[in-house]
Amino acid sequence: MATLREIRRRIRSVQSTAKITRAMELVAASKMRRAQENALAGRPYAEKMHWVLADLAETLGLMDPETIHPLLRARDEATAIEIIHITPDRGLCGALPGNLNRSIAQFILEKREQTPEVAIRIVAVGRKGRDFTRRTGQEIVAEFLNQGDYPGYEDVRPIAGVAMDDFIKGECAEVYVSRGHFVNTVTQEAEVFKLLPVEPPEDASTHGVDYIYEPDRAAVLAELLPRYVERTVYEAVLDAIASEQSSRMVAMRNATDNASELVSDLTLVYNKARQESITSELLDIVGGVEAMSG
Amino acid sequence: MPLSVHIVTAEREVFTEDGIDEVIVPGIEGEMTVLPEHAPLLTMIKPGVMRIVKSGEEIDMAITGGFIEVRQDRVTILADAAERAEEIDTVRAEEARRQAERALEEREADVDLAAAAAMLQRSLMRLKAVERRRRRSGTRPGPPGV
Repeated sequence: MATLREIRRRIRSVQSTAKITRAMELVAASKMRRAQENALAGRPYAEKMHWVLADLAETLGLMDPETIHPLLRARDEATAIEIIHITPDRGLCGALPGNLNRSIAQFILEKREQTPEVAIRIVAVGRKGRDFTRRTGQEIVAEFLNQGDYPGYEDVRPIAGVAMDDFIKGECAEVYVSRGHFVNTVTQEAEVFKLLPVEPPEDASTHGVDYIYEPDRAAVLAELLPRYVERTVYEAVLDAIASEQSSRMVAMRNATDNASELVSDLTLVYNKARQESITSELLDIVGGVEAMSG
Repeated sequence: MPLSVHIVTAEREVFTEDGIDEVIVPGIEGEMTVLPEHAPLLTMIKPGVMRIVKSGEEIDMAITGGFIEVRQDRVTILADAAERAEEIDTVRAEEARRQAERALEEREADVDLAAAAAMLQRSLMRLKAVERRRRRSGTRPGPPGV
């Protein structure tokens, strides 16, 4: 039976842990909101780009495969594929890093089974994924650590740059992005999607506008495509951050709840023990009095 | 009918305003003025200073390239980075320029030359935009956010 003092000490320690997890929950909540706002702020740019690309692709579908822009060209024989694996840098965010790593592992295993001759290369964004892919002996071609909680577009561009370089040079035939997708505050999904070759959106609601393209369609497309890829990666990173923070928020809320539950359990034990010691002291006194008067 | 102008970057909406009379942008094929009733157009923009004229008043923006779309009196600029001249911290721009120049000179192995050149160009653009403002208004631009 723990002594009263020991129980009191445990209660105090659990209470201060709860204070910390509560603070972390609040911090994560505000970071999550900010990440969502950042993602929303870029929406008009993304939408406009989306349908300009759709419009261009509609006419360029007729283009000669020889002169097609390299970022659009599908390769016949693949020697390697690249996966941009976006994960948190820090822990204490629940099951998310584990889920992300499991998702990419499954993806790699499937690819290995389908096409065993194709090499798989990893661009690791974030420490959790870097450590995992290194531990499992994957080939890591680039790593981006400590991007911070609010990376700007400029911070993310090099990530897309690495992928586009390798793709254009023909070092990989496809590029995928693996990241946490923010569904809502309590749900994040690990998802893998294809980045390259760019598959232009087909819902070409061109608004029936016949643009004058200057200097010409191909030139505009050549300028637009890299930015489209960068923007897609940027969006993926913001999405990953929002899901990391929401996952952390939920994990910390659970921790706080568990701690307060523990505190109330311990308080019960403490009160019982206190009551018991008072009772036994009383019995001692009563016993003593009885003995003397007897 | 006057123009409505929207400048958006991948990060945020920089500028949205209606009732614009005239937009002058550094187009890829030379400086270009967009007036109301312009034909639908999509073209690239070079780094430089763009001007927005609204009832006789001019607004200057440093712009580092991107696209301009004109459609039914709606001008959308997909900018790589656009900042209001007032926003630009001259000190920061100068510091960025010095740093970029240093990086160019030193040609360090781990310094990305292209990034440095882009940074230099960007900071030069900012300085230019600030200078234009200063010349016209005859005062020094205030700190950002004032």
